Amino acid sequence: MGLPVAARSRTASVGGRRYWRSLEELAETPDFQDYLEREFPSQLPQFIDPVSRRKFMVLMAASLGLAGLTACTRPSANKILPYVQQPENIIPGEALYYATAVLLSGVAFPVLVESHMGRPTKIEGNPEHPASQGAATAMLAAQVLDLYDPDRATTVSRLGSIRTYDEFAENLANVLTASAANGGEGVRILTETVTSPALADQLKVFRAKYPAAKWVQWEPAGRHAARAGAMAAFGRPVDAVLQLEKADVILSLDADFMVEGPGHLNYAKAYAKRRKLRDGDVTPNRMYAVESHPTTTGTLAEHRLALKPSVLEQFARAAAAALGVAVGGEASRPAQVPEAWFNALVEDLKGARGRSVVVAGEQSPATLHALAHAMNAALGNAGATVEYREPLEAEPTDQFAALRQLTDDMSAGKVQVLMILGGNPVYNAPPELEFVKAMDRVALKTHLSGWNDETSEYCHWHIPEAHTLEAWGDARALDGTVTVMQPLIAPLYGGHSALEVMALMNGIPAKTGYDLVRDYWKTAGAGVVGADFEAWWRRALHNGFAENTTLPAVAGVAVTADAAALGRVSVPEAGGLELIFRTDSAVYDGRFANNGWMQELPRPGSTLTWDNAAEFSPKTAEGMGVKEGDVVSLDVGGRTVELPAMLTPGHAPDSVTVRLGFGRRRAGQVGNDVGVDVYPIRSLASPYVVAGVKATGTGKKHELARTQSHFLMEGRDLVREATLAEYKANPKFAAASEVHGATADISIHDFKFAYDGYKWGMSLDLSLCNGCNACVTACQSENNIPVVGRDQVLRGREMHWLRVDRYYEGDPDNPRALNQPVPCMHCENAPCEMVCPVAATTHDDEGLNAMVYNRCVGTRYCANNCPYKVRRFNFLQYQDWNTETLKMVRNPDVTVRQRGVMEKCTYCVQRISGARIQAKNEGRMIRDGDVVVACQASCPTDAIVFGDLNDSKSQIARAAAHPLNYAMLAELNVRPRTTYMAAVRNPHPSLAENLAPASNSHGEGPHGAPAHGDEMTSGVSSATSAQSHVAGRG
Amino acid sequence: MSLSPEQVAEQRAIGNDRENAPVMAPGYTMESVTETIAGIPLSKNIRMGWAVGFLIAFGGMNLLLLSIVWLLYRGVGIWGINSPVGWGFAIINFVWWVGIGHAGTLISAILLLLRQQWRMSINRFAEAMTIFAVSCAGLFPLLHTGRPWMAYYLFPYPSTSGMWPQFRSPLVWDVFAVSTYATVSIVFWYVGLVPDLGTMRDRAKNKLVKFLTGMLALGWRGSARHWHRYEMASLLLAGLATPLVVSVHTVVSYDFAVGLIPGWHVTLFPPYFVAGAIFSGFAMVITLAIPIRWYFGLEGLVTLRHMENMAKVLLATGMCVAYGYSMEVFFGWYSASRYEEYLVFNNRMLGPYGWSYWMLILCNVISVQVLWFRWVRTNMFALFILSIIINVGMWLERFVIVITSLHADYLPSSWGMYYPTFWDIAMFIGTIGFFLTSMFLFVRAVPMISIFELRTLLPQARVKEVEK
Repeated sequence: MGLPVAARSRTASVGGRRYWRSLEELAETPDFQDYLEREFPSQLPQFIDPVSRRKFMVLMAASLGLAGLTACTRPSANKILPYVQQPENIIPGEALYYATAVLLSGVAFPVLVESHMGRPTKIEGNPEHPASQGAATAMLAAQVLDLYDPDRATTVSRLGSIRTYDEFAENLANVLTASAANGGEGVRILTETVTSPALADQLKVFRAKYPAAKWVQWEPAGRHAARAGAMAAFGRPVDAVLQLEKADVILSLDADFMVEGPGHLNYAKAYAKRRKLRDGDVTPNRMYAVESHPTTTGTLAEHRLALKPSVLEQFARAAAAALGVAVGGEASRPAQVPEAWFNALVEDLKGARGRSVVVAGEQSPATLHALAHAMNAALGNAGATVEYREPLEAEPTDQFAALRQLTDDMSAGKVQVLMILGGNPVYNAPPELEFVKAMDRVALKTHLSGWNDETSEYCHWHIPEAHTLEAWGDARALDGTVTVMQPLIAPLYGGHSALEVMALMNGIPAKTGYDLVRDYWKTAGAGVVGADFEAWWRRALHNGFAENTTLPAVAGVAVTADAAALGRVSVPEAGGLELIFRTDSAVYDGRFANNGWMQELPRPGSTLTWDNAAEFSPKTAEGMGVKEGDVVSLDVGGRTVELPAMLTPGHAPDSVTVRLGFGRRRAGQVGNDVGVDVYPIRSLASPYVVAGVKATGTGKKHELARTQSHFLMEGRDLVREATLAEYKANPKFAAASEVHGATADISIHDFKFAYDGYKWGMSLDLSLCNGCNACVTACQSENNIPVVGRDQVLRGREMHWLRVDRYYEGDPDNPRALNQPVPCMHCENAPCEMVCPVAATTHDDEGLNAMVYNRCVGTRYCANNCPYKVRRFNFLQYQDWNTETLKMVRNPDVTVRQRGVMEKCTYCVQRISGARIQAKNEGRMIRDGDVVVACQASCPTDAIVFGDLNDSKSQIARAAAHPLNYAMLAELNVRPRTTYMAAVRNPHPSLAENLAPASNSHGEGPHGAPAHGDEMTSGVSSATSAQSHVAGRG
Repeated sequence: MSLSPEQVAEQRAIGNDRENAPVMAPGYTMESVTETIAGIPLSKNIRMGWAVGFLIAFGGMNLLLLSIVWLLYRGVGIWGINSPVGWGFAIINFVWWVGIGHAGTLISAILLLLRQQWRMSINRFAEAMTIFAVSCAGLFPLLHTGRPWMAYYLFPYPSTSGMWPQFRSPLVWDVFAVSTYATVSIVFWYVGLVPDLGTMRDRAKNKLVKFLTGMLALGWRGSARHWHRYEMASLLLAGLATPLVVSVHTVVSYDFAVGLIPGWHVTLFPPYFVAGAIFSGFAMVITLAIPIRWYFGLEGLVTLRHMENMAKVLLATGMCVAYGYSMEVFFGWYSASRYEEYLVFNNRMLGPYGWSYWMLILCNVISVQVLWFRWVRTNMFALFILSIIINVGMWLERFVIVITSLHADYLPSSWGMYYPTFWDIAMFIGTIGFFLTSMFLFVRAVPMISIFELRTLLPQARVKEVEK
């Protein structure tokens, strides 16, 4: 377009004969200069293309020449000087912490990022921010690994060949200039959900300039249902923000509110505040969970029912009707719901008007949300336990409809320019849209993303996107409060953020992300930033949240939906199975598929890693003749996928759950071809549940890599629990069930160490642990724990220092699920220490069971002799010592272990040392709270307490002295420092079963006569015997 | 004066007399005993059967070398071990091989002290077997470590770091027990060889053999003074080795008994392990003796008397082992510990590895009962098969102890299965190859029966005594 013109003007202006080889040369465009530069380099060439012979020679020569001059990056050609004055705050060896946010579906989760000498190594929640309060779930903490993923896109490319960003800018400018004539009619911008005010502003500016251009948001697992539910109930989009702390009774309708959605960290913290018996004065809340598949949150519910989605919806209608909501359609209590159960629920809810809350699942049909809103209104909860706020999204839209419109336009040839800023629609768009086919007719397709993924493959241009930790930005958290996101590191590969690309499109390329965000907020007005912008800005950066940016509560929200609307059946009874789509609890919608930490995270409950599965209840599977690991074919209206079956106790019968986010073709070395892609059966019409699905066996087998294979306690009192009434009657019930009593301290040695300095200990509150695995990833990140891969997990060699055990009790079709986090117990009489032949594991004077890696020869005797099986062995060379970027993610305070060495939880000894140094510098003892271990920091429910047992005022000392405190396997007299607080449930009196063991301390009898749960053992064993060794770990 | 083929046939027939075999068939002379035994290593011929057997065994040994190279290159992850089963074939094989060694020491030391003359025909190769078995055993503790190149940390040596081994660990005791055992066994065996090496030196026609045996014979001239010192040394070494018969496997059993894992934490283990060791050792001696005496025509020297005596030892130790098994079950019940109870009944007997337990009972308890019948004790084919069954059974016993106990201990959440890999099996077969290669070389290069001791069994020797 511009080229011939420029060339012609050159020929016109240059006198005499001139030879030219191409129009580009003639025009002497900057592109061509760039090209020349690359073709005939005058400086060192860019080392970006794959190794060629020539480059190899160059590299060899250079590395010989530079031997001894080692650094992270190539030395600059420019003159450099050492520090004359050291930069403020940078002290080698000391970490700095920056407040920023990481995103999930566009929503900000405020975090603190630990940075060592300019490289971020660890993400933890921002303790100051109400939306996180210090916690960070696994998916948030794992994003630091994404930053250093060696598979990230490193260069701008066009049709696979390397280009420069300037070339792209010029191409874009030309195209946009051309389309300016018709108001940008053929221009479409496709983003993920946007809550960022600055980005939204740029999008607005663009559409002002090109009024016919359109902005489409698409997120396969966004808050569509919540939005649609609010629309149905209130006629306008609002976000329901819970005040969970005020709720005495919670009814969860398929809601995993402690791990999903913008508020999950806040809700988990709030829930925990009502259950922290170690704090004394709490009135426990009571949770009813009705869900189709077992959720993390549901494991804490007092009363849990597993209903398939159609019945669940009917149940919701029945409950609403019982609460006085006018509901059309079938609203009688489903037969699957016991009458006593239903009555207890209704009684509890009615008795707690204004102090109860009904929550619907993020990924449940909109009707359920509407019914939840109606119930909350009927119970007077609106404004009390539920606040309605303006949506977080800058522009809430029906993303399903928008995406359909976009593909229709594309197919119709109406779209010339498609800018995909983030997201991966080729992978995750509903199949009937035939997104790839529609893309064929688009003249210019650009993809901005961190990885060269499925979508990039079909685009002309690919621009590497800067990671969240590399770019300036802003985003809204739970209540709308904005976090200004500050980069922790310069883009490793020169990436750009969506904000920068939008600015480029708006013709302001010179501005950096920093300028763009600042400039936006400068214009936000005195109402937000006050008189002194600089002060406001600095506080916003420092604190991790910007003052005065909370979204207003929407006044006067009233349910306008009529009975017919509430009675709309979204899941018709249609024979066959009901299939439930859920995001994966680690790889989410597929975006974390190339993250090893996430792929190897044992999924809550199932402990499945490196795969997705068709999750059936054991009974349904038995009825179908399907066993664990049998590959079944799921037929959804003619589209089929084949998935291995996984038996999931607590799953609703006659239904099956599948997880999105697997089967990626172009995720990277880690994520390619892991699991099965189920997007091809997820249609626009039924993105959450689809009825009438046929499942047939294929005769094939696929082994599932689960880290736990036996889910029965075998009558052992490992997890102890009681009802509130039992606890009140006998507060020491947990200790009472011990065979020999916890206090027996029998030793053949006279010598007893006093531990009169610090005496570290940990307490794990089983009332609070929901098994979300945030701690596991936090530990992995903090302690440089390697990823071992599916094959090694199948062999039983996962390396996590901390694991969350899952046991089932009760009715096999609807068992109670018990979670038990198990780190190293740091036994005072540690059986591992006694058997180590080289004293590689020894006790320190503060009670830590220490591992001396250098001394370890790897006999594994310690692991064999550990009754808790918390020791992990480097059977092979698991640590990647060669990939440069992965070296950067490691915590420099923690040794990276070699093959052949044992490792295990150290109680984050590096954090203890850090606190000790600081305390010594300040001439004092380490105070309670100075040492926050990684798992403790991450825990959304504060289930983990750590500290000095000798400090009688410390939290841990109080927890250890609490009547609920007990030591697992205390009868072995190993004297563990890590102890548990028995779980106390608060069931409705009419539904309460006895949970605590009989009150006489030797109730079990000498020969292991039934302890609690034995009856269940026999009951479950028939149905779940398949599970006793399901995973068949090698 | 060598024996005529008819005489040899007759002596073999007497040695194979199932009713009344003597310790040595009549008709041997000083000369013919020496000729028969020393003739085998001094012969120039390489017999076909020996060569084929040797090559097969040598192939096995090369598999061992290959396994070791791969192991050192990749790490112990090439095996099937995992968490919770941190010890697998390596430790099973270690205990199995150490156990096998015990028969040699028992025969040469305890039976010497007890003046059992029948031991003289079998002690030499039983001792050789001990040394080779202990060599095989010794490989495993070294190679099963994650970082074998650091294994010297297990030895007490003055190090700049001031670190000593951790003496409370049974693995350190193991280091001492097994290295002492290996040393004493080798010295005992070599000392016993010296008079025969002298004989070899005197009879060898090949200069090299003469030179080598001459060096190794340490100037043995057979003087009375030499014999006196020899007898003293033997007695002293026997006295040293005798406690080792008991102590080595006792210490090996501590590897388990000191642990707190159900199935390991059993006070019965030391005597039960020792009995098991002798049981498996005698089984291995029988496995080796039957083909050797047949192939080399030594039935007149290793007679059915020997075989039957060994079979009786098998029966006796087999009953000890059976007592051990029954006591394990009793303890499991009597402990009143739900973990022990679960281990014995739900796990060992009925768990996923239940087959190994019942196979073990079949091999080591039930099948051994046929030894009550003389017909079986004197039927070499039946005895050979039975000895193989017992070898398998004793291997399974260690499998049950190591794998079944570890795979399901205290926390059901951590239970997992162990499956051996190709390299587990390759390494095991490899050590068998190494063991057999050594045995093949031994029977070809060294008098496999003590010549001078057998000479003392001859009537001539006794006549002299009487005359004196």
